[in-house]
Amino acid sequence: MKWAIVRFPGSNCDEDTRFALTKAGLRAEYVWHTETSLKGFDGVFLPGGFSYGDYLRAGALAAKSPVMAEVARFAREGRPVIGVCNGFQVLTEAGLLPGALLANLNLHFTCKEVGVRVERTDLPFTRLYQKGQVLRLPIAHAEGRYYADPETLERLEGEGQVVFRYAPLRGEGDYNPNGSLNDIAGIVNEKGNVLGMMPHPERAVDEVLGGTDGLPLFLGLVEEVAR
Amino acid sequence: MEAFAKEIGIPEEEYREIQKRLGREPNRVELFLFKVMWSEHCAYKNSRPLLKELPKEGEAVLQGPGENAGVVRLGEGWAVAFKIESHNHPSAVEPFQGAATGVGGILRDIMSMGARPIALLDSLRFGPPEEARSRYLLKGVVSGIAHYGNAIGVPTVGGDLYFHEGYRENPLVNAMCLGLLKEEHLRRSRASLGRPVYYAGAKTGRDGIGGAAFASRELAEDKEEDRPAVQVGDPFLGKLLMEATLEAIERDLVEGVQDMGAAGLTSSLSELAHKSGLGVELHLDQVPTREAGMGPIELLLSESQERMVLVPKEGKEKELEAVFQRWGLDCVPVAKTIPERVFRVLFGGEVVAEVPTEALAEAPTYVRLAQEDPEIRRLRETPLPPLEADPKEVLPRLLASPNLASREAVYERYDHQVGTRTALVPGKGDAAVLWVKGTNLGIAAKVDHNPRYSRLHPRLGAMHALAEACRNVSVVGGRPLAYTDGLNLGSPETPEGYFELQETIAGLREASEALGVPVVSGNVSLYNESGGRRIPPTAMVGVVGVLDIRKRAEMGFRRPGEAIVLIGEEAGELGGSEVLYLLTGQELGHPPRLDLLRERQVQEAIRELIALGLTQTAHDLAEGGLLVALAEMTFPYGLGGTVEVRDAGLATLFGEGASRVLFTVPKASLQEAALRLEERGLPYRVLGETGGETLTVLTPKGVLEWEVRQLLAAWQRPLREVLDG
Repeated sequence: MKWAIVRFPGSNCDEDTRFALTKAGLRAEYVWHTETSLKGFDGVFLPGGFSYGDYLRAGALAAKSPVMAEVARFAREGRPVIGVCNGFQVLTEAGLLPGALLANLNLHFTCKEVGVRVERTDLPFTRLYQKGQVLRLPIAHAEGRYYADPETLERLEGEGQVVFRYAPLRGEGDYNPNGSLNDIAGIVNEKGNVLGMMPHPERAVDEVLGGTDGLPLFLGLVEEVAR
Repeated sequence: MEAFAKEIGIPEEEYREIQKRLGREPNRVELFLFKVMWSEHCAYKNSRPLLKELPKEGEAVLQGPGENAGVVRLGEGWAVAFKIESHNHPSAVEPFQGAATGVGGILRDIMSMGARPIALLDSLRFGPPEEARSRYLLKGVVSGIAHYGNAIGVPTVGGDLYFHEGYRENPLVNAMCLGLLKEEHLRRSRASLGRPVYYAGAKTGRDGIGGAAFASRELAEDKEEDRPAVQVGDPFLGKLLMEATLEAIERDLVEGVQDMGAAGLTSSLSELAHKSGLGVELHLDQVPTREAGMGPIELLLSESQERMVLVPKEGKEKELEAVFQRWGLDCVPVAKTIPERVFRVLFGGEVVAEVPTEALAEAPTYVRLAQEDPEIRRLRETPLPPLEADPKEVLPRLLASPNLASREAVYERYDHQVGTRTALVPGKGDAAVLWVKGTNLGIAAKVDHNPRYSRLHPRLGAMHALAEACRNVSVVGGRPLAYTDGLNLGSPETPEGYFELQETIAGLREASEALGVPVVSGNVSLYNESGGRRIPPTAMVGVVGVLDIRKRAEMGFRRPGEAIVLIGEEAGELGGSEVLYLLTGQELGHPPRLDLLRERQVQEAIRELIALGLTQTAHDLAEGGLLVALAEMTFPYGLGGTVEVRDAGLATLFGEGASRVLFTVPKASLQEAALRLEERGLPYRVLGETGGETLTVLTPKGVLEWEVRQLLAAWQRPLREVLDG
């Protein structure tokens, strides 16, 4: 299975993403944002970073990049699309996922380890986790507060589209790091093939880096093909 | 012209020297070239004769001082480029942009060596945190560092932060960067003869020109006013420039690289030519500009950010241009190297300046009169007042004091993990540890300096700075390879200021020789004083070490039932200590003695214990002494411990001293660890064991006990209130 990692000007988790995909045994190649074809790829990953310097709004300019038409095609055709951090912001700006990511309630960039509860395990991204399992994953963002209007939120919850939710690691009360509605950390589209999440699974794939809770997400993508 | 020289602040004797070197009168443009190139910042006029005494050789050294950054060999073909640089004055004027462009500048220095920047550390000094100005500066600087570092995708993995009255008017902002490279990618600021010299990156504007006050008068003639004195940084452009530059180096398209930093085009091109033993002819009309009508002086002196100088290999010019075009950046030839060793500048088809490169690069140096400030000597020799206090109360107060409180509220705003190399995040260990992926190599890095010690005893303070930074690197398992020094001091033109400069460098030399750790790069920032008040001599020492990534230590207690062992003396000293300041509000006395041989042995010992796998938890004793160190070890995992001390005095509980390290060891391995220490003839004592939810200290005068949770809360709160308030 070959994954495309889209590089926008200002992407900076591109190499980390390749590191994680490769570690899971997947092939991964960089694709420049001006490409108009993703032929030969099975999945597409929008990495974190500051595409276009976050000018205008985080993810807003990248969402208009030429390659995004192909990403939309992937989404329509039911192929896997993952956006992490800035990639999640790009997916919401492109309308491939509902809602928006607003400034953290503390109004500053926050980098730390948080608890993330897995809400469903019937997706390729989460099939190797246990339902209700709380992962230790790093976050690093200034605009990660998930927001959607009440109807959308109700639909997301009703359809089980919330995949990851912030949760306490040691019983702490202030576990939601950014003020996301319903503690939402990651969602999928209705079909379940487009995932957006603020925490960084690609930063937690090796003991040397302090944790491996992100690795099963990538390994799950391998099993997808085997099935 | 002599009157004009005086007007722009060139001393008379330097004007005579310029005349002598040129054999004629300089014109106005040339005078400005000398003015900037002979500034302390570019020329090290006062520090050079002293700095040449520092040891610079070592088996790991690939590149010593004199280039954009120093480079040391790690093994397996990998090397690390690193350097620290100050951005003090801009940060005092405009803390956000000052700090942001400081980060941008040091990143370009590292790229110039052919290295990918992989980590940033920041060394910050402010006045007391209860003062509004200090808080304003701190918040602005932290936001500026976060703005640039986070966006460009280089993790900020460590640093140090002190508050002290001496920095009230003169805050210090020094940024250190580490870059990773394969040895064969090492590049230098060099060009061969007859090569085109390319300008790459952002367009040149008028920003940064007024940064040096001298230029303002000249500029006023163009009737342009209100120019920003501080440069403005754009991390997005910086990221594009970084990727394009590194791509050009990886594809072997360039023979020489030089960043365009202080003094812009003037400094970068004339230095490139001088180091290459050549001259350079610069065509200002070809410089990409942001605004029309810029004159030669503005173009030559602009410090617009995100610009680099590249010399393509022969036949690679088009490929180089294509790389930058893909990243959407200008990349145009603006100059060429010539055999005559001159810096020749053309504007509008005319030669507007022509100066020998050597004359610009080799500024006159000064050796001045040195004399210790009698007031400092008096403070150092003042006997300490008797200290009375209940240790039960003192510990939480010390943990909440500005210089000891948790830095979490600061480092949480920095992305410290992007790049997936950070093996030890801030708060987990005494030094940051970075992983060279695909190998078992780890890089340890730490920057350190204690202003109280340095103020009271400049020479000893500098020795402590290097010793402690090396100790911090050692307690995570790293073998120190080399250091970079950020020297920040007052004016060298007073005997007291010059004395402090001389003593600081002498202290570094002594410690460097004894510990076997050479200097490979550095920066000097002088004239940090206002109204006759100098900052404490501040040698921010950044040490880089190497380790086996599989054998590394953290600072937090992790498993209950392990023995807690202290290497070194149990009692510390109170002179210049944090506890003395907390209880009396005074900074006086003689700072702790430092036995460099003992220091070296202690560091070797803890590295050996870590390498043998006997311990995975180690922490050095620093400000606040034994009890503060123990408390800090309970914080990362919330696991407590019980220890017994043989003396209940404040000097034992909170006194400070070098060459002391705490570590934990499973009881089954205790004997072996003890044996290793005995073989080295080092004093050590088993203090107690890990476990429980309290920090419990048995003393001859009774039991002291604290809930870890309560100490943690006291430690975490103060700085968060400052930053979030």
